[in-house]
Amino acid sequence: MRRRVGVAAAACVMALVPFVLSSYQLGLLTKMLIFALFAMSLDLILGYGGLPSLGHAAYFGVGAYTVGLLALRVIDNFWIDFGAGLLAAGVTSALFGLLALRARGAYLLMITLALAQVLWGIAFGWRWLTGGDDGLPGVPRPAAGLPWSLAGGLSFYYFVLVVFIAVTAALWIVVKSPFGMALIGIRESERRMEVLGYDTWRYKYVAFVLAGIVAGLSGNLYVYYNGFVSPAYLSIVFSAMALIMVILGGAGTLLGPALGGAIIVLLENVISSSTERWLTVLGVIYVVVTLYAPDGILGFARRRGARSA
Amino acid sequence: MTALSVDALRHDFGGLRALDGVSFDVAEGERLVILGPNGAGKTTLFNLVTGIYAPTAGRITLFGRDVTRLAPHRRARLGLGRTFQVTTLFPRLTVLESVLLAVQGADGARFTLHRPVTRFPRLYARAEQLLDEWSLTGRGEVPTRELSYGEQRQLELLLALAARPRVLLLDEPTAGLSPAETASVAARIKRFPRDVTILLIEHDMDVALELAERLIVLHFGRVIAAGPRDEIKRDPRVAEIYLGVEESADSRTRDA
Repeated sequence: MRRRVGVAAAACVMALVPFVLSSYQLGLLTKMLIFALFAMSLDLILGYGGLPSLGHAAYFGVGAYTVGLLALRVIDNFWIDFGAGLLAAGVTSALFGLLALRARGAYLLMITLALAQVLWGIAFGWRWLTGGDDGLPGVPRPAAGLPWSLAGGLSFYYFVLVVFIAVTAALWIVVKSPFGMALIGIRESERRMEVLGYDTWRYKYVAFVLAGIVAGLSGNLYVYYNGFVSPAYLSIVFSAMALIMVILGGAGTLLGPALGGAIIVLLENVISSSTERWLTVLGVIYVVVTLYAPDGILGFARRRGARSA
Repeated sequence: MTALSVDALRHDFGGLRALDGVSFDVAEGERLVILGPNGAGKTTLFNLVTGIYAPTAGRITLFGRDVTRLAPHRRARLGLGRTFQVTTLFPRLTVLESVLLAVQGADGARFTLHRPVTRFPRLYARAEQLLDEWSLTGRGEVPTRELSYGEQRQLELLLALAARPRVLLLDEPTAGLSPAETASVAARIKRFPRDVTILLIEHDMDVALELAERLIVLHFGRVIAAGPRDEIKRDPRVAEIYLGVEESADSRTRDA
């Protein structure tokens, strides 16, 4: 009950907050929501399934490139472009999952990294299609095919907020479902789950593809947000950032990674305005978190709460 | 009816032959104890039967069905359950969550992802019932890793039984337990439903002889003796290999 009130209150605040923010701050908040989704998608496999990936940017970037290319070169229709972006991300993760899920632990990290680097190489090298490292500028905000235009900062914010709430609710159900429980069981002891009758590979694979689709969704939103897509979206820096967001917020919790994503975006924004050394700071954050709060901000808060209670 | 049949089973780890032509049948409802010193291949045998390893050669049939190449979860759904020698529970999950997972594994809802698990009261009802039966009432919210070792071994058995297996492989269920705990676990195994076929690896001779109707003795990957309890008890080779030569010499002088 208290939780429901909290969720409703948070949704109200998020709905009303644009009226007190400048358009710059609103843009930043939109970006925080997009990266919160990206971090939550990785958390589904890393936090719940125990499957680390250093190539999660692949699905983010594939979604972004698909939307960008279609909108610029083929047809500027929201439903077609957005749907194709999700589909492309899903197909990519379905393919990568087949190859990567044979491995686990550090080997899984390496394979996912290698696969994502292949896509990065294609985006970087195939200038005719992708514009190479110049990327694709001028992707328009969605307008065609929708009842009202999302070109303005405010309407785009509400659009992202609605998507965020819907996806968070869907993910909540997934992680609390029998499927989500089984995923946690696999993280804790895969062998035991096998002898209890679970086809563990199938659970891991479905989670992997779902995570890829949600990552693609955040990539779709981000290309609309930025109006631009470049090979950086597919890069290891993006993948590693997602990993840090999840760990900072608290792997294996639903909202922790969302919080981690928002915090990292905010910090990047603040720190980048005064120094070039953002990646160094990010590295330091990572070290501090793993040393002092290995289960992330949410885990840390919970432990503190449990102790004082 | 034959519940489990193992035929000319062989397993090599690289150059090491862990099992060498092991064959035996277990009738439905029978209680078979597998004896043998460390390294005899007992746990390897269990890993082959449950499908964790694929055998180098040989055949495994479960209720007349060839399962030699079947994935572990498929064998589990045919009614095969097991416990592990080294406790591999779900350390960070609570007792109730662990039991729910075990119950859910044998339930059609196990792959549902569009509804929270709380919408399946039948899973909770069965889990609570099991906790009651195993005198773990009120312990449901305790994280598994905070249970005592004895309780963890109990939970290990509970999880294996939760899926209502027809054939149950128990890998040293009393390992590391105090004499009192051992006795209580043995009593519990004795009370398992009569139609459940049980294969038991056991080092405690008292427990083994109490529970077994038939025993087989493994040594260096081969079956060196098999038969009803009293026959195995008298077999000199068993005493020699299993109890050690000195000890059997000792007992002979004591008997004399």
